[in-house]
Amino acid sequence: MNFRDIGTVFWRDWIVLKRRLTKFIFSRMVAPLLYLTAFGLGLGRSVQMSSGSYLDFIVPGILALNSMNMGFHGIIPVHAERVYHKSLEEYVLSPISAESFLIGKISGAVLKSLISSAIIILFAEIFGADINLSLMLLPVLAINSIIFAEIGFFAAMKLSSYEEMAQVNTYILLPMSFLCGTFFSTAALPEILRFFVECLPLTHASLILRSLTAGEEFLPGSSAILAGYAIAGFFLSLYALKKSQDD
Amino acid sequence: MIEILNVMKKFKSVGKNGEKNFKTAVNDITLSIERNEIFGILGPNGAGKTTMIKMLTGQLEPTSGQIFYDGKSFDKNKSEIKKMLGVVPQHINFDRELNVEENLELHGRLYGMEKSERRSRINELLNYMELSDCKNYNVGKLSGGMKRRLLIARALIHRPQILFLDEPTVALDPQVRRKIWNLIEDLSKDGVTIVLTTHYIEEAESLCRRTAIINGGKLTATDTPKNFCDRLGRFTVDCEGTAGRSCKFFDDEDSAKNFASASGENFKVRRTNLEDVFVELTGRGSGLK
Repeated sequence: MNFRDIGTVFWRDWIVLKRRLTKFIFSRMVAPLLYLTAFGLGLGRSVQMSSGSYLDFIVPGILALNSMNMGFHGIIPVHAERVYHKSLEEYVLSPISAESFLIGKISGAVLKSLISSAIIILFAEIFGADINLSLMLLPVLAINSIIFAEIGFFAAMKLSSYEEMAQVNTYILLPMSFLCGTFFSTAALPEILRFFVECLPLTHASLILRSLTAGEEFLPGSSAILAGYAIAGFFLSLYALKKSQDD
Repeated sequence: MIEILNVMKKFKSVGKNGEKNFKTAVNDITLSIERNEIFGILGPNGAGKTTMIKMLTGQLEPTSGQIFYDGKSFDKNKSEIKKMLGVVPQHINFDRELNVEENLELHGRLYGMEKSERRSRINELLNYMELSDCKNYNVGKLSGGMKRRLLIARALIHRPQILFLDEPTVALDPQVRRKIWNLIEDLSKDGVTIVLTTHYIEEAESLCRRTAIINGGKLTATDTPKNFCDRLGRFTVDCEGTAGRSCKFFDDEDSAKNFASASGENFKVRRTNLEDVFVELTGRGSGLK
């Protein structure tokens, strides 16, 4: 693994993103505008919170949700590169290591996620959310994107069709979007479901982001859980990449 | 230069009744390829040619056996050895999000080339392949022949010592095919070792100094095209009968002519070619002497 090789893989994703940057930014505005309008202004007016507004509550949830989606969807073009275009072969044939390739691809997904998060924060400010903008938000958003980029990468190496990739979205990402403390506290869930949901990474990303935007502490336990997911995801993705050519 | 020792590749497969088993794509192949030769791997579809190339270039791990380049184990020195290999795959595998020049640029970067060297090499190869005018094109807009030339250009960017070409002229018209043959011969003159797979007999006969014939994953024979023909019999008598066409092989022309004239009008004498060898070794024939 070396930085030059990681940079090469990232360079490819950067020039593709750069070419579509304006379209990318506009497309990233749609979901936060809808969430903030529907949940923040619409539904939010009738929701009573013990402190702050519902808008303040859901902004970190939307940030967590967005970093999950952008991490996952930012990396899944590698599925088409492997299955349909076969352009992944170019990297497999080259002298760069599997680790460099994986880190380069994850970096591209994290960049897209952070640009998208910046758009959400900008809209949250425009909508009048009272959130504390700490620099510590950056590593949390990045690590959450990394975890879901790794899940996306693993699926892209293991699954052989678009339909199967869509099922990952349906069965993994969609339930997490609603249950993992994004739009309401997990304390409202039945105990068995709550236990399960609190094992999932998005719940911990939501908890840390909510704590930070409220100007509270960093939550080391949740951070350690996210780090554990990211490390395990890296090695599983690496394994899937190395085995992908034999399938 | 390349030593292949008892290489075998098995893939997982599912049987008719859903039971899991293994399919042997390459079965215990041992051969060596010399520096600066054009070596052909000839075989029918599904013979194991592409699997062989994929193992030689690090896309697939052999199930067993070893591969050595200049005495170095490929398994233990993969990154170092990959720098001296160039690969032209059978299918078009460009990055469709990048244009012609960017695809070449990506390749140069992946092989660690410095910017100035990369730039000059890309321009040189675009000129050589007559692709300079379309360097900003999306790769999807190129014709089949242009794509094939671009694949070769991409494989040559980092000046490989060994070039693998997997069915390099498949589905190309005769003019483009000739052009690519000339290019392969030029590269060989420049000292590049060429390993190519093909199922076009004419291609192997015209280009290859030596040829390995594989069938059903097994190495059937290795020799020069001329020796293959000599071993089968330098002259062939084509026999057109009610049961179809068959051939008889003779070491000298007189014996072949005598047999043909004694047998009747439907018997024609000609020189044995590699296609006869191929059919004998991979089909109905009884093999070489």
